[in-house]
Amino acid sequence: MPPGRVKAVIGPNGAGKTTLFNLVTGFLIPDAGRILSLGAEIQGEPAHATAARGIARTFQLVQLFDHLTVLENVMVGRHRLTRAGMLAGALRLPRARREDAAIRRDAWEALEMVGLAVRAHQPAAALPLGLKRLLEIARALAAQPILLLLDEPASGLDPVETERLGEMILDLKARGVTVLLVEHDMSLTMEVADDIAVLNYGRLIAEGPPRAIQRHPEVIAAYLGTDWQG
Amino acid sequence: MTRLLLNPWLLFAAGVLLVPQAVTNQYYFTLLNIIGIHTILVVGLNLLMGYAGQISLGHAAFFGLGAYTSGILTAAGVVNPWLALLLGLVVSGSAAFLIGIPVLKLRGYYLAMATLGFGVIIFIVLVQGHRFTGGPSGLHGIPSLSLGGFPLDTPFRLYFLVWTCVGLLLAFSANLVDSRVGRALRALHDSETAAQSLAVHTARLKLQIFVLSALYASLAGSLYAHTLNFIAPSSFDIMFSIKLVTMVVVGGMASIWGSLLGAATLTVLPEFLAFFQEFEVVIYGAILMVVMIFLPRGLVRGLMDLWERRHRLTEGGTTPG
Repeated sequence: MPPGRVKAVIGPNGAGKTTLFNLVTGFLIPDAGRILSLGAEIQGEPAHATAARGIARTFQLVQLFDHLTVLENVMVGRHRLTRAGMLAGALRLPRARREDAAIRRDAWEALEMVGLAVRAHQPAAALPLGLKRLLEIARALAAQPILLLLDEPASGLDPVETERLGEMILDLKARGVTVLLVEHDMSLTMEVADDIAVLNYGRLIAEGPPRAIQRHPEVIAAYLGTDWQG
Repeated sequence: MTRLLLNPWLLFAAGVLLVPQAVTNQYYFTLLNIIGIHTILVVGLNLLMGYAGQISLGHAAFFGLGAYTSGILTAAGVVNPWLALLLGLVVSGSAAFLIGIPVLKLRGYYLAMATLGFGVIIFIVLVQGHRFTGGPSGLHGIPSLSLGGFPLDTPFRLYFLVWTCVGLLLAFSANLVDSRVGRALRALHDSETAAQSLAVHTARLKLQIFVLSALYASLAGSLYAHTLNFIAPSSFDIMFSIKLVTMVVVGGMASIWGSLLGAATLTVLPEFLAFFQEFEVVIYGAILMVVMIFLPRGLVRGLMDLWERRHRLTEGGTTPG
């Protein structure tokens, strides 16, 4: 995948989109083949190690830390970039205190950017679904990923929230983050994606810019349906 | 001013210093020391259960390893008690490390069963290892601790050591759960998958917190051996492991002060209930059920909720939510 681009993966249910995500992020181990990140082979690596390389993701079913506050959720996002251990933290060593203050400041900034700062001290479980998805993305971004995988980020969002999500993804792209997107909302996908890959039963049947994909006969037959009007 | 007075740490320090002014009976100091020892155990277990969400039904085993390491080495007079205490930490920590690697891969009921099994094994070792442990009849003649030549040979003198340890460990724990690693711990409780996706090494973290809680238990065990000068396996059986879990739950999962309150309540309660003789256990059980039905989040949060509701009602402010 070229850096700084948005690539969408589409396909009918069971096509292997989420499986692809789980393979890339280390939650599943491939039977064969290689997965490369910046030239390094990462297949078979545990999920936390892949995440440590800067590959962040969100989940099809939102996975927040419900008992942590909104702010603390984003603070956990900074885990990858910080070091303080158990003893340093519990003894409040100066370097741990400094690091913690920086984590808090960065997390605040991230919350302000997505407009969640007013809810910073509420438990994450108290947010409505739309804001939960937003928080999940903010948390993943706090890790400053080189690659961000979004698994159906628009599902459960209303049209206004979806539009805001689209702007956010374009904004990420502008900041140089590479995004891999799985999404059923075609208008969102067509709007933000530079490239689209179409999967069907685990096979790549087409790949290219949105315009070409819309006209691809095999894609129309397999997925978009005959009554699709882009 | 009220804010300052309500600072829990000041209240705690004042309580620890003021109690000896009111209490004279040595028996009560022994009871207070036991409460302190239980608090150390419960706050350690709460880090594992309440915060990280990993259950241990074998925690009495680490308590026992600490107590017997201290007891055996000092009763024979071969080792300085403080060195024995450190060796106890090494023994318990290593045991937790070795057991933790395979066992912490399990979750929920399976983890509960595996830790229970470990507890049973240690208990049997204590009972059967006559030659070292004294078997079922216990280990006698454990000397008291002394600090810089000053003997801590009465419950009153030991009281200050025990409660200093309690205070330090409460502070250590409260800092820990509010640190980078503590947030990762609590995150792992809610969603292990999401925690991993943010580069949290969950397997290593679980092992770390398991070992840490075993170290708390071991320290408590060593203090216990020197408090009573006598230990027997029955203090370290499965029932005691379950009692510790109960203390965590009654005080409040994921609550540092709840650990103190849970340990104090369930240590003192049987003393009061002794009055009811054979009905003691029935009433004890009934109280536990009532607490869990009406204060399911534990004593500390439950009482705080009640207080807040009453506060709002008397102020005639907004209706309670």
